[in-house]
Amino acid sequence: MIVNDLIEKLGLKLVSGESGVTKEVMGGYVCDLLSFVMSHGSKGNVWLTVQVHPNIIAVAVLLELSCIIVPEEIEIEKTTIDKSNIEGIPLLHSKYNAYELCGKLNSLGI
Amino acid sequence: MKIFVDLHIHTALSPCADNDMTPNNIVNMAKIKGLDAIAITDHNSCENVRACIEVGKAIDVIVIPGMELQTKEEIHLICLFKDLNSAQEFQKYVYKRLPSIENVVELFGQQLLFDSNDNIIGYKRELLLSSADISLDDAVSNVKKLNGVCIPAHVDREAYSIINNLGFIPDYLNLRTIEVSKKYNGKYGGFRTITSSDAHYLIDILERETCLNPPIRSIEEILNIL
Repeated sequence: MIVNDLIEKLGLKLVSGESGVTKEVMGGYVCDLLSFVMSHGSKGNVWLTVQVHPNIIAVAVLLELSCIIVPEEIEIEKTTIDKSNIEGIPLLHSKYNAYELCGKLNSLGI
Repeated sequence: MKIFVDLHIHTALSPCADNDMTPNNIVNMAKIKGLDAIAITDHNSCENVRACIEVGKAIDVIVIPGMELQTKEEIHLICLFKDLNSAQEFQKYVYKRLPSIENVVELFGQQLLFDSNDNIIGYKRELLLSSADISLDDAVSNVKKLNGVCIPAHVDREAYSIINNLGFIPDYLNLRTIEVSKKYNGKYGGFRTITSSDAHYLIDILERETCLNPPIRSIEEILNIL
């Protein structure tokens, strides 16, 4: 499954980072402590987080994550959006909260 | 006596800071802006502090040794010390508890080490933008043991703020001062508030905006107020 499939199947909104929507999704991770994600996240993960500052893009690039979903349509900082476009990391919005999103991702087999 | 300060300034050792944040540039800029005292507060490190202190001595700007610790809870805590030795003791404690993730220069930026002539004497290998495996409680307790002062950084900002990450400032920590931005709306009662620049670029260093009134112009008396 690629990021674009997730967008369609979960009704996500692509905020930015469109050039990365063909990335392969491999597993998921939920965590809001960036240091923890840096140590425990895996390549290809879809990352659910409420953090919206630009460092999330750096972490996503470092770990080669497939995309970032920000739940509950929390407003994302402009610098983060700009960075995601430069780095090609899809930033996605969902109206659901992280818990609900996990359930939905699970039922998709992620 | 009234003095003007900026107690949160990064050097180019912090990977997110501009490479122009050298000891001479920072301290001279502080002098030009009419500041009496500054604190050098790089992420999880104080390795450029000595060089800044030397420049400060030559042009009569007080340089307070410090660091901006990132705790386990991803809270940014300004830690200020009375002398370089105490700061270095604390740095030893922090370095033992930083994850050994190597810096990726293209992603995070360079981590430059300087001498007092702004010569680059090294590059810090371990990424300083990580959380130390130190809880907020332990951080405060260990800084106090070294007779230092802790100031939660940019509490009214969303990222890395004690308020955002914990929801409140624990009473039992007995913190007296919190750092707020210029847009602060006075929400958190019971604390002295201080505005600092968190300068990552020379231009961001404060003008004569934050004023303290210690009995004499010394690091010890400044820390006693905070």
